[in-house]
Amino acid sequence: MEMLKIENLHAEIAGKEILKGINLQIEAGTVHAIMGPNGSGKSTLSNVLSGHPAYTVTEGKVTFKGKDLLALPVENRSHEGLFMSFQYPVEIPGVSMTNFMRTAINEKRRYLGQEPMSPTDFLKLMKQKRDLVKLDAKFMNRSVNEGFSGGEKKRNEIFQMAVLEPSLSILDETDSGLDIDALRIVAEGVNSLKTPETSALVITHYQRLLDYIKPDVVHVLYAGRIIRTAGPELALELEERGYDWLIREFEEKNS
Amino acid sequence: MSETNYSEIFIANRSLIDAGSSPVMSALRDRAYDCYTRYGLPGTKVEEYLHTDIGAWFGPDWGVNLKRVALPVNPSEAFRCNVPNLSTQMHFMAGDSYLKKDGQPSLPDGVLCGSLLELSESNPDIVSRYLGTLADMEKPGIAALNTMFMQDGFMVYVPRNVQIEKPVQLVSLMTDAVPMLACRRILVVLEQGASLKLLLCDHSSAGSQCMSMTVTECFVADNASLEIYDLEETSDRNTRVMECYVSQQRDSRVMIQNLSLHNGKTRNSVFSCFKGPGASFEVNGIAITDGQQHVDNFTFVDHEATDCESRELFKYVLDGQSTGSFAGKVLVRHGAQRTVSQQTNRNICLTADSRMWTQPQLEIYADDVKCSHGATVGQLDEKALFYMQQRGIPMKEARMLLMLAFLGEVIDRIPLDSLRARLLGLVELRLRHGQSRCEGCGVCK
Repeated sequence: MEMLKIENLHAEIAGKEILKGINLQIEAGTVHAIMGPNGSGKSTLSNVLSGHPAYTVTEGKVTFKGKDLLALPVENRSHEGLFMSFQYPVEIPGVSMTNFMRTAINEKRRYLGQEPMSPTDFLKLMKQKRDLVKLDAKFMNRSVNEGFSGGEKKRNEIFQMAVLEPSLSILDETDSGLDIDALRIVAEGVNSLKTPETSALVITHYQRLLDYIKPDVVHVLYAGRIIRTAGPELALELEERGYDWLIREFEEKNS
Repeated sequence: MSETNYSEIFIANRSLIDAGSSPVMSALRDRAYDCYTRYGLPGTKVEEYLHTDIGAWFGPDWGVNLKRVALPVNPSEAFRCNVPNLSTQMHFMAGDSYLKKDGQPSLPDGVLCGSLLELSESNPDIVSRYLGTLADMEKPGIAALNTMFMQDGFMVYVPRNVQIEKPVQLVSLMTDAVPMLACRRILVVLEQGASLKLLLCDHSSAGSQCMSMTVTECFVADNASLEIYDLEETSDRNTRVMECYVSQQRDSRVMIQNLSLHNGKTRNSVFSCFKGPGASFEVNGIAITDGQQHVDNFTFVDHEATDCESRELFKYVLDGQSTGSFAGKVLVRHGAQRTVSQQTNRNICLTADSRMWTQPQLEIYADDVKCSHGATVGQLDEKALFYMQQRGIPMKEARMLLMLAFLGEVIDRIPLDSLRARLLGLVELRLRHGQSRCEGCGVCK
């Protein structure tokens, strides 16, 4: 089943074109990795998919579970099952994790025509999902991400992902700023959420994360285009040889 | 009506004013008149009033209820208290007259609580010892004008070592019958070791234009503790000017919260002075404004004694074309060593048309002090809004959560659990319903 289909996607920010015709198709049950050098448009792609207001789509089409993704407001993309794990999770002083999660859950349930979750079920769900990423109970009373360590912030992202049970998770540089233990906890969290009905799009600089989250397909993004798509062995090759050879090939082909 | 006209009204009606008042009050009027003719009402040329033209606010021909005509108000009909967990001693004021109500639970021996007019007649010694001795009439302001025309108000006197646990609540009402200027006077006296929580609810019906001018004097003796929550929920057509004076003796504690939830035009001024060492003073405030509303908070904290601590936190959320102003002055006098003072003013302008002026001021003449101040004006955090939306929280709700969190920091400083929860609910109600307001007193409804 087709989860996400991106066709000829062009997008710009402040008048500068960043994505210059992306084509990508993700099937349900698969993990795709997007790699590429700095400034190639990886984060722009995840921001455009989740609906960041600073980016403008100038051309192209994105279909998510059969729906026109780009026509949906940000929160409805989330309700439909799109989740983006932020590269830099935002601190929200004064809004407790409990309040934040309860609001997020009940807004989704409202969208789906369901009753708000009972307090007992909510507490049970929170505990179950916290255990998955080893966050202790005290953390629910803290303000969202405020004063969290780098590792806690990323674990919090995976915790929220586990609670919201998205169909498609975009992990934007989830490995950045993580030590090896935190990386393992995050990766185990992601892996345990994997089902034949869900997909993940893993954006990363390094092969390291892909040792833990095994991709089915690897794409290389450069200058706003996907310049190579291959199996997981491509990530290993990139780790060894860098991006230069691919970029050279791409430029020779286009000159 | 101009400033001179108040002088004329005063001269022409002096006997009428005195007749509806008490000798203790009337004894203060000659000096008040003298001060008023010298200093008058402040205009925007006075630095403390740069953004709020009090003189112009007094311009319209407000009627003053000199004859003490009873206003058609039935408080027990208008306000039925059914708040769980918040039981208070309730008192009412219609316009500027204290309303007598039967069935008040009795207070500890020696406590005086009720009409300032009545108490100044029955206990002239106590009232004359305090009334008018703190409000500063030797400057542009409303203290002199208020003293010229005051005829009634509210008073609480708490004797030595008496703690009143249950909050005392004063609900002030403006009726929509006639436009009028209500001249209110409040006197709070806490003897050594006494404690009091005072909840002031300021209301007006939306019907007609009204103005209130209130002068409050608070005397807090050694080791006494006073909390005042001044909640304004009036209407777009209401004008309010308030001056509150606080004098604190050794080791006393005072907290004042000025909460402007709904108003028309408002100016709150708080003047506090440490007369003895080891005391603490905290004054906080929030303002939620939209449309053409205006809220101005001015504070002056005078560190005269050593080892005192003052804290201030004011937060505004401004929508529409509303305007706000905050000016806070902290004066640490020569010799006031080991003073700790912290002042913060943070503001969010939700629209491009809303305006906020902020002016923190510190004047320090002692060398062993810890003082800080800070002020910001900004918008809601767009990164946080996007983050919340990505998690499925719609923009409107995300903004609500951010605004509540922002203002919640002030409400969180209220020590009384039941009141804190209740006020947070009122803030949410106000933010959610924008211009609409709850009918009557939100705290007691």
